[in-house]
Amino acid sequence: MANPLFSARGNLGRTAAAHAILIVYTILALYPVFLILINSVKSRRAIFNDPLALPTAQTFDPIGFQTVLEQGNFLLYFQNSLIVTVASLFFVLLFGAMAAFALAEYRFRGNLLMGLYLALGIMIPIRLGTVAILEIMVAAGLVNTLTSLVLVYTAQGLPLAVFILQEFMRQVSDDLKNAARIDGLSEYRIFFTIALPLVRPAMATVAVFTMIPIWNDLWFPLILAPGEATKTLTLGSQIFLGQYVTDWNAVLAALSLAIIPVVVLYLIFSRQLIRGITKGAVK
Amino acid sequence: MGQLKLENACKSFGNVDVIRDVNLDVQDGEFCVFVGPSGCGKSTLLRMIAGLEDITSGDILIDGQVVNTTPPSQREIAMVFQSYALYPHLNVRDNMGLGLKQAGQPKAQVASAVDRAAGMLDLGKYLDRRPGELSGGQRQRVAIGRAIVRKPKLFLFDEPLSNLDAALRVQTRIEIANLHRELGATMVYVTHDQVEAMTLADRIVVLRDGRVEQVGAPMELYNNPANEFVAGFIGSPKMNFLNGPALGAVGKSVGIRPEHITLAGSGDGIEGRVSHVEHLGGETLVYVHADPHGLVTVRLFGEHAYAVNDRLVMRPDMARAFHFDENGHRLHPAPA
Repeated sequence: MANPLFSARGNLGRTAAAHAILIVYTILALYPVFLILINSVKSRRAIFNDPLALPTAQTFDPIGFQTVLEQGNFLLYFQNSLIVTVASLFFVLLFGAMAAFALAEYRFRGNLLMGLYLALGIMIPIRLGTVAILEIMVAAGLVNTLTSLVLVYTAQGLPLAVFILQEFMRQVSDDLKNAARIDGLSEYRIFFTIALPLVRPAMATVAVFTMIPIWNDLWFPLILAPGEATKTLTLGSQIFLGQYVTDWNAVLAALSLAIIPVVVLYLIFSRQLIRGITKGAVK
Repeated sequence: MGQLKLENACKSFGNVDVIRDVNLDVQDGEFCVFVGPSGCGKSTLLRMIAGLEDITSGDILIDGQVVNTTPPSQREIAMVFQSYALYPHLNVRDNMGLGLKQAGQPKAQVASAVDRAAGMLDLGKYLDRRPGELSGGQRQRVAIGRAIVRKPKLFLFDEPLSNLDAALRVQTRIEIANLHRELGATMVYVTHDQVEAMTLADRIVVLRDGRVEQVGAPMELYNNPANEFVAGFIGSPKMNFLNGPALGAVGKSVGIRPEHITLAGSGDGIEGRVSHVEHLGGETLVYVHADPHGLVTVRLFGEHAYAVNDRLVMRPDMARAFHFDENGHRLHPAPA
């Protein structure tokens, strides 16, 4: 391959400028994460004396991680967060894709209105309904259960999922679906074995957009499931943030650990994600 | 067995009538081609026969059974699509066998049916490949194979050659014709290309705006078109429509095929000026501008040395001319 710096379609100056901007942006975006990581392994004194310094032999202190792990329930919080996120993600993708398929594939009265109605949720924040949601959960006896969180997050993620997937479902070849109908496949088999694999990149995009707000959410766990057994990671970390004293070592260590699963999930989806975002751009 | 009958078949989307009162009888073993300009409803009609579109009114009968509400998989039909429509995640063998597998046939039977079809279409080498690893021509052969495997009463083809390049199109056209002879099955074929229609069909159905304009054998349509539309649509290059009154004819226009005009340097005939010449070796197409007829195409066999701006005289063979009134209807004036 030709060296892109000296190819016919670009010159050194322009390429360097573009890279400089991207590098500056990358540093800006990653610096807070970097600060959290380096400070999480420093002693309390070192964090306050020189927060920007790298840990040295003198200032290295894993006390934060020790506190977090000894707190005992941290693994449980972690597990709760993971269950809630993965379950919500699963339902958002499943029901979102099904609704999108139906809206894109079938002609029925009110098709357009139904699509708009489902997309309305993008514009109205679900938190406006917190009081009503809490009342419903109390009435249903779901307070302090992970189920309540999964239900709320599924509702929160669906509008965007339906909206994005609908467009991609339209691009699945009609001939292909018709060939499958002639071969005797049921509508469910057509959806699962033909349509779903073809919109995989779009699914990954939706998965990432859905997953991050759920993982980071503090609001609904605090209101719907504040009990010890159902605390999520974000809520559990709050015990280190006191009104008068904050255990920064522990907070930073907890945050560092909380990054890991999101990064893992992102890596799983990212290859598909890039294909999803650029899909249709070149063909 | 494979008889198809359409009785007053209609289809509308909302207020738009796409297919209006189509009546048609396709005999067992017949090769029937629907032809017409794009948007004439020919693909919709095919999809109605397949059961992919509901019929608004009228009846569709296969072997005498009304199948208006029968789902596609139970109509004992097979369809080949323009875009091949192969399952991207299955290899050639599974693509071809899926229909039978779905119908609950034993594995050994599916395998032998797939092998037989692969043998007919010379696909043996490719059975374990995915569609993505095949060329366009091979993919279309797999799609045809998938249809053969099902042993349908009725083969439906929806512009199967449109995505292929010119050379491959001719080759595949011949393969489809051979296949029809070998299988003796009833086939319904949709195309916008009148050459495909003429070369493949036992009977051609010419459609316009959702209506049947004429049904007949290729040569019947060529020699005896019912109206100006069919006359212009069948035959290549297109029929010339000359100004009727200027020639002293009864109707508004006189249709004469490019191969039924001869040229001369001078004498009786329609005077004109050469505006373009196409030399094809076996034949020469001369485009002559003549008032008040406009551009007239003349098809001569062999090589001819006409040059642009040459003045000459055209002599149409009036015995083979067709006369049309202002509505495009055919007139049959008594011979003078």
